[in-house]
Formats: sequence, structure tokens, C-alpha cells
Amino acid sequence: MSQTTMQGPTRRHLSDRRVIQLFIVPTMLLLILMNIFPLIYSLYLSFTEYSIISTTAPEWVGLQNYRDILSDERFWENFAITGRYALYSVSLQMIVGFGMAMLLKEKFRGSGLLTTLILVPMMVSPVVVGVFWRNIFNPSIGILNPLLGYQNLETSPEWLVEYPLYSIVIVDVWMWSPFVMLLALAGLSAIPDYLYEAAAIDRASSWFQFWRITLPQVMPLLIIAVLFRTIEAFKQFDLVMGLTGGRPGTETVSVRLYREALQGQFETGSSSALAYIVLVIIIAISNLYIRALNRVREA
Amino acid sequence: MAQVSKAPRSPVLHSTRVDKVGFGPRLALRLRASLVIILTIIMLIPVVWMGMTAFKSRPDAVAAPAKVIFEPTLEGFVSLLTTRRQLLPDEAEEYRQRDDLNFADEIALKRGQAIIGPSQFPKQLLNSLIIAGVSTIFSVGFGVLAAYAFSRFKIPGEDDMLFFILSTRMLPPVVVTVPVFLMYRELGLYDTHFGLILLYTAFNLSFSVWLMKGFMDEIPSEYEEAALVDGYTRLQAFRKIVLPQAVTGIAATTVFSFIFAWNEYAFALMLTGDTARTAPPSIPSRIGTGGVEWAAIAAGSLVFLIPVIIVTFALRRHLLRGVTFGAIRKG
Repeated sequence: MSQTTMQGPTRRHLSDRRVIQLFIVPTMLLLILMNIFPLIYSLYLSFTEYSIISTTAPEWVGLQNYRDILSDERFWENFAITGRYALYSVSLQMIVGFGMAMLLKEKFRGSGLLTTLILVPMMVSPVVVGVFWRNIFNPSIGILNPLLGYQNLETSPEWLVEYPLYSIVIVDVWMWSPFVMLLALAGLSAIPDYLYEAAAIDRASSWFQFWRITLPQVMPLLIIAVLFRTIEAFKQFDLVMGLTGGRPGTETVSVRLYREALQGQFETGSSSALAYIVLVIIIAISNLYIRALNRVREA
Repeated sequence: MAQVSKAPRSPVLHSTRVDKVGFGPRLALRLRASLVIILTIIMLIPVVWMGMTAFKSRPDAVAAPAKVIFEPTLEGFVSLLTTRRQLLPDEAEEYRQRDDLNFADEIALKRGQAIIGPSQFPKQLLNSLIIAGVSTIFSVGFGVLAAYAFSRFKIPGEDDMLFFILSTRMLPPVVVTVPVFLMYRELGLYDTHFGLILLYTAFNLSFSVWLMKGFMDEIPSEYEEAALVDGYTRLQAFRKIVLPQAVTGIAATTVFSFIFAWNEYAFALMLTGDTARTAPPSIPSRIGTGGVEWAAIAAGSLVFLIPVIIVTFALRRHLLRGVTFGAIRKG
């Protein structure tokens, strides 16, 4: 190789590197500024006694905040509520969403339009959804109880008071089952037709086809849906605030965190510790999510 | 010799599955379709109910049991957009005599009120528009650049960087808020448009990088390589070859980012006061004061919802991609 032929590619390689830097650096900088820095800062704060409304400097207390949280019963209750909420709403979403996808997997005239209409709820602002479902749940002016067949105002249930957690679950299922449906539809449409044809020729029952072909083939996408919705359930804040304002029985960790951090006493130190505990849980679930995602993409 | 071939006149574009012909399966499909229609109606009841409530008068909106048939009025929109003053009976009488009232005044007068100025809502809607709009431009702009770099070059530590970018999106907003709040207070960014724009840009960046990378990966790199051989610089090739082909992806990413920022509530609630407050945090706060004006709340929600519904329809082919961060393509 002569000197001249080497020079062209080398020069371009160098300029490509500049391009890469130019293209990636702004993104990374912004993410570090808005995410990494706050995270490190709040890690420090989680080891201190500090309130953003007081004038005293943060005072180092070591692991005290974490110890307090883990020994406080109300926090455990917050976690229990969040866990129950996640369990109920994610499992219901899976059933409803997958069911809808099974109904929609074979195309008929108008099925595209109906699919899109079903997707509308998940595009709405969660806080708007929460606020407006208050009206729907309302025993005297709302439309849910009449639709369920309750005639008498006296005997009809007051959803948000009697079943506050279930009410949130209902709204969450209404809002996010379409998401599960969308993922399941993608999975179902990717199953090759010949599998079913072979099964039909072998006179396999539809029951057998469902368990041996359909379900295993969509499973990876369903797992992704579960993980995605679980992460969201732990982050859930907007819907709860809109719907119940976080009244007792619906105080999820996110709501508690908000109250601890930015209301009442503004317990910055202790709320940072709580934030970190939530963070660790979410990172654990996210890890599972990303692993599942990689497996799907490889397949 | 007359009959040479029996080829079908029109091309065969699809085949029918052997197990899907005959009466049984067709009936099943009918049944399926009807079930889906019923389900769709159930799913849409809350949205339709909201649309109806927006056009109800105050007594109709709080009628028990719920009224399905009512006389539509714009009262909800008037009380959403204006602040009003309750008139004394003789004042109201005097107002009725006047003939310089516009239709909004007339509607308010029916309730014995006079309009004394616009409400906060138009301003908050404008804030939403500015903040969501500008942050979308930035996040999509940076996102397209980064996605191109990640898609076309081998970058050391690429997977880790992409993982890091995705993981920032998994953070619950409440976790980041306290330190961001402190930082903003120091820098004087609390309750400013710029502060929220910065935050939303960062928040949406992860999404736009991932989504755009998916689209970029689909654009064959042969064209650019040919252009590079022809003497284009990398930047020229990016601008003249790649960007035009990425338009669909950019459009989808833009709209998704916009919707995320448009709907965002937690950051807006915690990091804004009166000046830069967007519309979502203002909607629940309307409930707190006195009797709940459901028509006004519904009207506000409806105004806020309409762009989202338009977008849902425009984007239906990309929805799956959008809600899974571009990770899943089919659908």
C-alpha cells in the first residue's frame, strides 16, 4: 500500500470521529446534567438530616434515614399498597389486553379503525383521566353505577370511598389494557400461518393450538408487557393524585414520596432516602425488562 | 391450441388458510367482530361521557341520576376561559337591559354572573404549548443526531451508553425532583419556561434516541456510502441523504415526544408556580374550590384531549413503536 491510498480513509475516519462526538456529546451532557447529577446529589442528601425550607445546612446522619424508613410501619404500608396495586392492575391488564388481542387478531372490515379507537385511552393525560373518572365514579352524578344497573342512589356503592384501591385499578386497567393489546397483537401477527395450518391438518383442537402454538409464541412480548406495566405501576403518581389525591388506602410510594419531599415538613433528607429505595426496586425491574427485550430482539 | 393457460386474471395477493373456509369460521368471525364493537364502545364511554359533560349546563352536569339527554350549552367553556363575578339581582337586571353583550356574556348572565376577565386556563394552555413545543424540537434534534451516530458507527461502549440513555427514562419523576428542585432554586430556574423545557428535553431525549435509532437502522447505509465515495462529506451526506429518508421517523418521534411533554404532570406540579404552570396540574386544582364545576373541568379536559386524539389517528401505524421506545417494530 502506498502512502497516498492510506491517507484518504484515515482522514475521513478522523472526521467521522468528530462527527460522532458532535452528535452524541450534547445528548450525553444533557442527560448527565439532568439525571446523573441529581442522582448523586440526592444520594448525598439521603445520608443527611435536611429540609429545603430550613436555613440550616445538611447534617450528616449516616444510615439513620434508611433505618427510620425500614422500621416505619406506614412506609411498609405504602409499599404493600403499591405492590397490591401493581399485582391487581398488571394481571387484569394482561387478561383484558390479551383477550382483546385474541379477538382482534383476525382482520375483519373495520378492525383497523376499532383497534385505533381502543387505543385512545392510553394517549390521554393520566391526571386528566384521574380527575374525570372521579365524576364517573361519583355515586350521584356519575355514569358508572347506572350503567352497572344500580337504580337506587342509597344502595349504590361509593367507589372512591369504599373501594379506593380497586377504583384506581379499574381506571388503570381501562387506560392501559390497550397497551398490552397492542403488544400482544404484534406478537400474534408474527406467528407464521403454517404452524396453524400444520396443526389443522393434524386435526389438533383449537384448545391445543392455543396452548402449544399461540401462547408460547406471544410469551416474550407478554413478559415485556408485564415488566413495562410493573415499572409504570411503581412510578404511578398522576393517576392516583387525580383520582383520590392519595387518600388513605391509596397512598402509593410515589405519593408518599411527594408528600414527604414537597409538602408538610419538606423532609428532604429522608425523602431522598425513600427515593433511593424506590429507585433500587425500579432498577431491578428495569434490568429484567431490558434482558427480556434483548431476548426478543435476538429471536 | 386455443387454451394456452388458465392463469388467473388478477394476481393472487393472499391465500386463504385451509382451516378458515366454510360456515363455522365465518360465523366465528362475525361473532368476534360484534364482541370487539361492544368492547370498543365500553372503552369509549368515559371519553364520550367527558365530551357530553363539557356541553352541559351546571344543573345538568350535577344532575342525579346522571343525565344522558340534555340541552347542549357552551357554559362549561365560558366558565373555563373566564373569571366571573356574581351579580346582585338588580345589577343583573340592569345587565339584561344592555345590548353590548357578546354571546359569552349572555351565557354567563344566565347564571347571574358578569365576566370580569380571562381565566388562567388560556395562559396555561399557551405555557403547555410553548414548553412542550420547544422541548420537543430540542429533544428530537439532539435525538436524531445521537441516533444517527449510534446507528452508523461502531462506538466503544455503545451498548452501555444506550442502556444508560434508556435507564434515565425509567426513573420515577418524583425521585429526580428534589435535587432538580434544589438545583433550580439555586440557578433561578424554578417556575420558568426554560427550566421545564430543559427538564422535558432531557426526559424525552432517551425516548427520541431509541425511537430514532430504530428508524435509522432501517435506512440502508449504501446511499450515504455512495455519496461519500462521490465526495460528499459526512455532514453533507447526513443532511442530503439520511435526513430526507428519516422524515417519517422524525415525524413520529416529534409527535410522541410532544404528547409526552403535553401530558406531563408530576414535574410541572412540583417545579412550577404561577408563571410557567402548564395545563395538566391546573385541572385537578379546579376541584378543590367550592362546588365542582364539572362542565368546566370536562371542557378543559376535552380541549386538552383533542390534539391527542388527532395524533392517535395520525400515528396509528407507529403507535406500537412509540409506546415501547422503538424497541418493537411490528404491528
